[in-house]
Amino acid sequence: METLSTDFRKYSRSENLWLVALRRLFRQRSGIAGMILLGFLTLLAIFAPIIAPYDPIQVLIGVESVKRRADPCIHLLGCPEDQPQHLMGIDGNVRDEFSRIIYGTRISLRIGFVTIGAAIIVGTILGAVAGYAGGWVSDVIMRVLDVVLAFPFLLLAIAIVAVLGPGLTNAMMAIAIINIPAFARVIRSSVLSVKEEEYVSAARSIGASPLRILFLHVLPNAISPMIVQGTLGIGTAILETAALSFIGMGAQPPDPEWGSMLASERNQVFSAPHLVFFPGLAIMITVLGFNLLGDGLRDALDPRLRL
Amino acid sequence: MIKYAIRRILASLPVLFGVLLVTFALARAIPGDPCRAMLGEKATDEVCERFNRERGFDKPILVQFGIYMNELAHGDFGNSIRFRRPITQILVERLPMTIELGFAGLLIACLIGIPLGIVSSLRHNSAVDVGTMVWANVGVSMPVFWLGLMLAYVFALVLKDTPFQLPPSGRLSAGVVAMPFYEVYGWELTEGTLIAKLLEFVANFYVFNSLITLNWEVLKDAITHLILPAAALSTIPMAIIARMTRSSMLQVLGLDYMRTARAKGLSERWVVMRHGFRNALLPIVTIVGLQLGVVFSGAILTETIFSLAGVGRSLYEAITARDFPIIQGFTVVVAIGYIVVNLVVDLSYAFLDPRIKMS
Repeated sequence: METLSTDFRKYSRSENLWLVALRRLFRQRSGIAGMILLGFLTLLAIFAPIIAPYDPIQVLIGVESVKRRADPCIHLLGCPEDQPQHLMGIDGNVRDEFSRIIYGTRISLRIGFVTIGAAIIVGTILGAVAGYAGGWVSDVIMRVLDVVLAFPFLLLAIAIVAVLGPGLTNAMMAIAIINIPAFARVIRSSVLSVKEEEYVSAARSIGASPLRILFLHVLPNAISPMIVQGTLGIGTAILETAALSFIGMGAQPPDPEWGSMLASERNQVFSAPHLVFFPGLAIMITVLGFNLLGDGLRDALDPRLRL
Repeated sequence: MIKYAIRRILASLPVLFGVLLVTFALARAIPGDPCRAMLGEKATDEVCERFNRERGFDKPILVQFGIYMNELAHGDFGNSIRFRRPITQILVERLPMTIELGFAGLLIACLIGIPLGIVSSLRHNSAVDVGTMVWANVGVSMPVFWLGLMLAYVFALVLKDTPFQLPPSGRLSAGVVAMPFYEVYGWELTEGTLIAKLLEFVANFYVFNSLITLNWEVLKDAITHLILPAAALSTIPMAIIARMTRSSMLQVLGLDYMRTARAKGLSERWVVMRHGFRNALLPIVTIVGLQLGVVFSGAILTETIFSLAGVGRSLYEAITARDFPIIQGFTVVVAIGYIVVNLVVDLSYAFLDPRIKMS
C-alpha cells in the first residue's frame, strides 16, 4: 500500500510574494502592454546614436538641400530616391525631426526617473517625520503640504521656475516639489498604521531605534503603494515638465525635449502639422506606457485580489 | 450643518494664509524688478526710486505684507503695474472667461465620463468596458496643449468650409459684440459701484448673458468658440472621472442590498441608478472636486493656445512680467475658489450619505 508522502514541504511550500505579484503582473493585459512600450522606449533611448540617422542638434543648411519645415520624405512611401530621407520631416531650424524625437526619449525618461526619485526621497523623510512625531510637528508638515496642494500644479511650477530661472534642471526641481505631498502622505499613513502594532511596541521596548523600525517595518508596508504611485507619478511628471517646456520655462533650445519642440512649432500647426503631431504623440506614448504599467502593478500588488 | 461649515471655513484659513504668504514671497523672489520690467532697462535709478516709493516697494518686506493684508481685508486688491488698472476690474473682465471654460470642460467631462463609467461597470470585461478603459488611459496620457492644437488643426483647417468647422481662437468672431444684459434691459447703472461691478461680472459670462437677452446669434457664436477649448480641457478629467465611476460602481454593485433590491422586483434601471449609482456617488463627487486643479492648470495652457483672455493666461503673463499685484490677486482668487469647491464637496457628503454625521 502506498503511503502518503510525508514530505510536507512539497504541499505547503510558501512562495515569495514578490514572485506571486510578478506572475500576476505578467497575466495582466495592461501590465504587459506597459512593459512592452517601456521596454521599446528604453531601447530607443539606449541605442539612440545608432537608430537616429542624424545628430539631433545638427543644422542641415549646406549639408543637404532641404527646406525649412519640409514634409516627411519616406522612400518606402513614394518619396523620390534622390531626396534625402527624413522620416518625420525637417523642423523650423532645419534639423532632422526624427532624430530629435529619438534623442528626446533619453531626456524624457531621465526627467521622469529623476523627478520622482527626488520626490520619493524627500516625501519619505517628511512623511516619516510627520507620522512618528505626531502632534504639532505632524500638523505643521501636513499643513505645509496642504498649501502646496492648494495651488494648481502648473501655477506653482511656473512660480518656482520664475524664481530659479528657466532651464530643464530647475523645471525638474519644481515638478519634484509638486509631487512630494503625494508620497509624504503614503508614508505617513503607513507609519500611522504600523505605529500601533504590537510588534512595533515590542521592538521599541527592547530598544530598537525609530530609524530601524522605519526601515524594517514601515517601509516594507509602504512599498506597494509607493511603487504604484511612483510609476504613475513618472508619467505625470513627464507631462508636467512638457507643459512647462511648452510655455518656455523648461528645456531650452537646442535640447530635443518634446514639449519645447511642440512649443517652437506651435504657430505653424496649420502649415506644418507634422512638427506638432509627432512630439505630442511621443509624449503620449511614453506617458501611456507608464500609466499602463502602473495600472498593472496596482492590480498585481493588490493583496485583496486573488487571481 | 452650519456649525460644520463654519468650522471647515475656519480650518481653511491657515491654508489660505499660507497661500498668500507663499505667493507674496515667490512673487518678490522672482529676479528682476518691476520697475525695469515696466519702464525698460534704461530707466534711471531716480526714476525707479520714485516708482518704488509710489507703490510702497521701498518699505521692509514684512511691512509690505502687513499693508497688503490690510488692503485685502478691505477688498482692495491693488492696481496692476502693467495696466495701471485696479485688479478687481481686470478680474471682473477675465475671471468669467476662465470660469465659463472650466465649467464647460468639467460639464463635458461629467456628461460623457459618468455614463461611460456606469455602462463599463455594468458590462464588466466586455468590449465596451475594455474599450472605455483603454480610451481613458489614452486620454489621461495626452498633453492638453497637444490635443488642443490637433483639434484646432482638424476642425479649423481640415474641416474648413464644412458644417463642422469650428473657430480656433477667440471668444467671439470678429464684429460680434455681446451687449451686456443690463444695457439691453435699459437699466441705469452708476459707474464704479459694487452693483455695477457685479453686474458687469455676470454680463461677461457670454453664454449666460446671451441666453438671458435671447440673443441667439451671439449665443451660437459664443458656444462654437467654446467647444474646442472645452473639449481639449475635458479629456483628462473625463478619463479620470470615467475610471473612478467605474471602480466605485463595481464596488457598490457587488454589495448585498443590490441583490435585495433586485429580489424585491424593482426594475433594473431603478436598482442601478437609485440604489447603485446614488451610493457610488461619494468618491465620484470627490474626484470631480479634485479635477478643479487639473482644469485650472489646463486652462492656462488652453487659454494660451486658443487666445482666450482669461485668468490663467494673465497669470502666466504676469509672472513673466513681474506684475506682483496681478500674481497675488489672481492667486488669492484661485485659492479661494479651491477652498469654496472643497467645502461644497465636503458639505455634499452629508447630503449624499446620511450616515455621515456632521459632528
